[in-house]
Amino acid sequence: MAIIYIDGKPLETQDGQNLLEACIELGLNVPYFCWHPALGSVGACRQCAVKQYRDENDKQGRLVMSCMTLVTDGMRISVDESESKDFRANIIDWMMTNHPHDCPVCDEGGECHLQDMTLMTGHNYRTYRFKKKTYVNQNLGPFINHEMNRCIQCYRCVRYYKDYAGGHDLDAFASHNHVYFGRHEDGVLESEFSGNLVEVCPTGVFTDKTLKEHFTRRWDYTTAPSVCVHCALGCNITPGERYGKLRRIRNRYNRSVNGYFLCDRGRYGYEFVNSDKRPKAPLKRQMIDGKPVHVPMTRDEALSEIGKFFSNGSKAIGIGSPRASLEANFALRALVGAENFYLGLSKADGKLLSAVLEIVLSGPARQPSLGELKDHDAVLILGEDMTNVAPIAALNIRQSVNNQPRANAKAMGIPEWNDLPVRRAMDTDRGPLFIASVAPTRLDDVATQTFHATPDGIASLGFAIANFIDPQSPAANVSGEVRALAQQIATALQSAQKPLVVSGPSCRSEAVIQAAANIAWALCRKAKPAGIYFAAPESNSVGLGLFGGANIENAAEALRKGGADTLVVLENDLYRRVPAALVDELLSLAKHVLVVDHQYSATAQKAEYVLPGATFAEGDGTLVNNIGRAQRMMQVFNPEGEITESWRWLRRLRAASGKGREDEWISFDSFLHALVAEIPAFSHILDAAPTAAFRVGGLKIPRQSHRYSGRTAMKANVAVSETGVTADPDSPMSFSMEGFSMMTPAALMSSFWTPGWNSAQSITRFQEEVNGPLEGGDPGVRLIEPQPDSAVPYFDAVETNESHDAAWTALPLYHIYGSEELSASSPAVAELSPKPYAMLHSDDARARGLLDGDAVTVKIDGQEISTSLKTNDTMARGVVCLPAGLEDAPYIEFPAAAEILRSVTS
Amino acid sequence: MLSDALKREIESHIHEPEHRAAACTEALRIVQRERGWIDDESIRDIAEFLTMTPHELDGVATFFNLIHRRPVGRNVIRICSSVSCWVLGYDKLRDALQKKLEIKPGQTTADQRFTLIPNQCLGCCDHGPALMVNGDLHRDVDPDRLDDVLNRYA
Amino acid sequence: MSERPLTEHIPTDGSALSLKDYERVGGYAAVRTALGGLQPADVTQCVKDAGLRGRGGAGFPTGVKWALVPMGPEAAKPKYLVVNADEMEPGTFKDRWLLEGNPHQLIEGIILASFAIQAEISYIFLRGEYTVAQERIEHALHEAYEAGYLGENILGSGFNLGTYLHMSIGRYICGEETALLNALEGKRATPRTKPPFPQISGLWGKPTIVNNVETLCNIPHIINKGADWYKSVSKTPNGGTKLYGVSGKVKKPGLWELPLGATVGELMDLAGGMRDGLALRGIIPGGASTDFLGPEHLELQMDFDTVPKAGSRMGTGTMIILDDKTCPVGMIRNLTQFFSQESCGWCTPCRDGLPWLEKTLAAIDEGSGVPDDINHLKRHVKLLGPGMTFCALAPGAMAPLGSALTRFAEDFERHIREKRCPWKN
Ligand SMILES: Cc1cc2nc3c(=O)[nH]c(=O)nc-3n(C[C@H](O)[C@H](O)[C@H](O)COP(=O)(O)O)c2cc1C
Ligand code: SF4
Ligand code: FES
Repeated sequence: MAIIYIDGKPLETQDGQNLLEACIELGLNVPYFCWHPALGSVGACRQCAVKQYRDENDKQGRLVMSCMTLVTDGMRISVDESESKDFRANIIDWMMTNHPHDCPVCDEGGECHLQDMTLMTGHNYRTYRFKKKTYVNQNLGPFINHEMNRCIQCYRCVRYYKDYAGGHDLDAFASHNHVYFGRHEDGVLESEFSGNLVEVCPTGVFTDKTLKEHFTRRWDYTTAPSVCVHCALGCNITPGERYGKLRRIRNRYNRSVNGYFLCDRGRYGYEFVNSDKRPKAPLKRQMIDGKPVHVPMTRDEALSEIGKFFSNGSKAIGIGSPRASLEANFALRALVGAENFYLGLSKADGKLLSAVLEIVLSGPARQPSLGELKDHDAVLILGEDMTNVAPIAALNIRQSVNNQPRANAKAMGIPEWNDLPVRRAMDTDRGPLFIASVAPTRLDDVATQTFHATPDGIASLGFAIANFIDPQSPAANVSGEVRALAQQIATALQSAQKPLVVSGPSCRSEAVIQAAANIAWALCRKAKPAGIYFAAPESNSVGLGLFGGANIENAAEALRKGGADTLVVLENDLYRRVPAALVDELLSLAKHVLVVDHQYSATAQKAEYVLPGATFAEGDGTLVNNIGRAQRMMQVFNPEGEITESWRWLRRLRAASGKGREDEWISFDSFLHALVAEIPAFSHILDAAPTAAFRVGGLKIPRQSHRYSGRTAMKANVAVSETGVTADPDSPMSFSMEGFSMMTPAALMSSFWTPGWNSAQSITRFQEEVNGPLEGGDPGVRLIEPQPDSAVPYFDAVETNESHDAAWTALPLYHIYGSEELSASSPAVAELSPKPYAMLHSDDARARGLLDGDAVTVKIDGQEISTSLKTNDTMARGVVCLPAGLEDAPYIEFPAAAEILRSVTS
Repeated sequence: MLSDALKREIESHIHEPEHRAAACTEALRIVQRERGWIDDESIRDIAEFLTMTPHELDGVATFFNLIHRRPVGRNVIRICSSVSCWVLGYDKLRDALQKKLEIKPGQTTADQRFTLIPNQCLGCCDHGPALMVNGDLHRDVDPDRLDDVLNRYA
Repeated sequence: MSERPLTEHIPTDGSALSLKDYERVGGYAAVRTALGGLQPADVTQCVKDAGLRGRGGAGFPTGVKWALVPMGPEAAKPKYLVVNADEMEPGTFKDRWLLEGNPHQLIEGIILASFAIQAEISYIFLRGEYTVAQERIEHALHEAYEAGYLGENILGSGFNLGTYLHMSIGRYICGEETALLNALEGKRATPRTKPPFPQISGLWGKPTIVNNVETLCNIPHIINKGADWYKSVSKTPNGGTKLYGVSGKVKKPGLWELPLGATVGELMDLAGGMRDGLALRGIIPGGASTDFLGPEHLELQMDFDTVPKAGSRMGTGTMIILDDKTCPVGMIRNLTQFFSQESCGWCTPCRDGLPWLEKTLAAIDEGSGVPDDINHLKRHVKLLGPGMTFCALAPGAMAPLGSALTRFAEDFERHIREKRCPWKN
């Protein structure tokens, strides 16, 4: 702790921090641009100048950049002093010499850090009387709009994009006051994290291009705290709605999860909510002109007609979903009975998920939070392309490689926030990061070593590493070369302070997962606080797994056995999970098929009844992320028509069927209590957010800003009198502007605003300290903790089967854009989805006379897939990789035996 | 495509192999000497050869004064515009060149013979006004006797 | 005539001193002495004792700078010595003389400095327009490698040094030592945060010394003849001679090596005085980034400590003369245009402030200035002063502007009053 004097007042600050951080924590208004809490200080913009005095007798003082000045005990500074104030106002004056003053037509207007700083410095009148320069803008792809004229040259964009996110295709060009930020030529930004430019840029140079299609000013959104549904990491988001449309997704800071950043799938995948194809009323299939057609019915018709299928004595089979909330899955389970509830996973998927859960529930290794990934100093990834599967985890692992080299800077006495010298001192050093995968991954550029092999090969490497660390861990039979690599990795992990092993289901191999466990456990048993981190496929995979239950194949089995008339499919497109023939059979075995979903999926299209479920934006619910962190999503807006949460539909059906009371589980809280009472493993989810009864000063938390405009006018086309505010019995939030938006618990914060701070930068006002947790603690609760003294035995090593028979092993490659069902239907994401392909090692291809770009047919399980060939020089041999989950691509159960034939070209 | 000779010459400026990209400014200079200016293809060629991205290299290429990212004439006249030469008659010399070549600073003559570029101090302050044509320095240039200089360049 | 150790052997026909001739006049003797028996610390101490101050402009004591480099087996490796041969400061043409006339003297200085800090690699960062110097240095380096002065195990001493010539592709900011390091690394040449200073974390994060050409050319002579001799050739407590120059409308512009502390008047005399019909109005003493002096300063000694007392700096020691028939506003406009063009674009005040000044000065010069422009200029002189910007470029630009606004106040006002430049017809 250092005591410093600011304008004569003694104040407490933290040792090692810079003066700007100290001022921010003290709540002082010191303006800045180039500093960013995640990027540190570079001293370029000169906006944060304050006066520093030598001692109490020094009346003159000198200007210093607060972001570049280390706090020292007894230091004297002034923020109010006139020379520094004048200088700060001038910085804006200079920046404005070429800024277009186009706030009224700028998408950033109203949440612009430049606007805020302009007001803060008191720069009111333009004195520049000469001609401004103008730039040519670039087309940067479907996500980011570029408007260079607004640039104030703070260099944040390139520092974020290149230094932080590891991108290579955004740079600074030219010099003096012609500096330009963009690409060497027009083109789609390559980084999967480009969308953060929108929030990193303090003005309107980089803005959200998808928002442009339905633009709304910051104060006009209805927002609520929510959680991203596009992968299992559970990044915290703030969705914004107006006029019944979801307009955009912004980052919601949570130090333990995503921090300041989102991936582009999470930011731009939201348009599935706005899809015209969604069911908006209950649908029933009827034959019209000999064709099956879904026709709408009323809620009451639907409940009375469908409710009958669940009345006492009848049996229904329920298939849950890893993309549906805990509540929705629980409601289904309650409706059909635990014994008739099946996880909406294939047998293979279920097995991989159980393997992971068994390891994290019984083993000694702790799973770090997503945010904590940044703190590890040696990482081994077994079998995952994290960027495409768990993007923000990849972004954070990318930061981890700096931890060991940063020691160089520390030794030179360079503070951690002093970004340029720290990077200089690190030079090209990168901490240990080893990646074993089937094919190259997007983190390879910072990897110490990569190793490409079949899943068995990867598992064997893993077992060999574990065996090096702890000879008790079973040895694997590997070649000398692999042994040497295993030893190198083992040494790196053992000599680190905080090693981490990352794995997951992408290789479709239990052995890979188990090998990862052995390594982490071996390290733990050698007294290293090793972390283990598993990617999971979907937003609630782990939550679903914690219910326990059988698989889709078992559901088919049960239906075949007879006795059940009705099949309920919850938020699940079965055609994406098991072979089409099995789905067809399932659907035909049941007399009645009911789908509850917000998407009109292939499965829904074949159902007899469809009930319109709510998306994440339209309902409350809890998701459990890949490491078992339960997080609450609050309803953002009231959907049109009969759309409501799946759990509510299922509760209604339960009541309509006479199984439950009409007044049972009416409120979300009562429903949650029932869930927890039934399944104690979930008991902590009650702590994920305050109950609906929570109030601040007797008031609810508004979803709308106090500047929300047009509420009397926006529905004037319907009725000129102001429509009432819809009540929200499920949460402590209101669908209006009334209420108390300050001092709310973090779990209820969606929009961060404080007087003078309208931009994304306002977040620093809500953190306990710079880069710290949100005041009152980061929202979310961990449901899974390690068993430090666990004596769980090591897994046996796999027998590697290196003999290549004629068949190829087909394995999936996941794509950030395209492999995930919901985001894939958002136009911007769809634009970047890959075309179907089959990828082989170049030598494998050549040996069969095939070349990159050739048309080929891949035969798997009797299906013939015509596609085009890609070759790769380093991927595993004997393997053919196919993109996973692309729209319209047939389902394949990986790993599969495949044959490859050259397509006959006409 | 960079010729083998060019590659060898660039390679000779890589003194510390782990810092290959450090030779990029030398590479730009060398390639410009051969091709007159640095077009997008040159950016891509050099970037690839030095294991950089074209974005990174272009960020460097556009930072510096002596690299042309637009075509220039066969001969480049760099006229010193800095203070000592200014005192000694830069304006007059520039005007004379403009009139003679019928171009403005930054432009190239219609016959592609000359490009005229003002240049920062040539370090020839005791013999101003000065100018350089290609690599040759001309001192004490008399605006009335420009032909003596220009006639040497085809 | 006083001693001229740096330039006495430079051929007067414009050619360069060959290795043979250099050796004949005692060249590389200092390298033999140092590598043959001195400790690195001895060399540094001798340079410290000699009182040599850097000739790049700032005048930092060279030996003190070297002594900051981490030494011993624990020190980071490799260490670098970088020669700042970027000479781009308007009005400065002194290093060119040494580079073109006696490249071996520089190479000898490089070897000695590298030995003192135990650098294994050195780079000569030469501005791109110095094509003659380029050829001569390339040739001299070749000769020096052949003769065993560079490379592995120099003169059997076990000391290794690789020296390479790096041609700049042009930008004034590359002269700023940390921007220079970025340029050497093949990056955009924006300056770096200091501290850490290059001595600790320089090229690729390794300890690095950046020295000016002239500074290094002094080293062989200091080692050969000792600190006392070095001090004796100077008229100031800081030792040595200095290359001084005069440009502008004087009768005989030129460069001379004189004892450090020669007076402005002596230089004007060597330059033959003003051209006929012209009177002296102003003197920029040491390259564009120094404040104007005036005719009243003829007695002023040109050295690091005395010039500041008159409100300016010695800078590079090459004076630019303003006569009474040249418009001071136009001159300042030209200078400001230079700095504005050469701003690297990293920090706001310089990047956006200098172009604004340039436009304001152009307006005044062309007759569209308004009275408030003077205040605007004056405010900027403060706002772009030392400590306000990221590096010293913008404060350097404010030196001539600030002093001109006082010294030539009436000229500025007249432009605005008369809405024209009184010197143009
Ligand atoms: C904008 C700027 C330009 C400079 N240009 C040069 C230059 O061209 N040559 C030079 O030797 N020093 C130049 N310097 C000074 C260098 O930064 C550095 O102080 C010098 O090279 C150190 O050498 P010395 O200690 O031998 O004087 C410049 C400084 C600034 C701020
Ligand atoms: S003062 Fe700032 S913009 Fe100017 S050259 Fe220095 S760092 Fe660059
Ligand atoms: S925030 Fe301190 S200089 Fe930019």
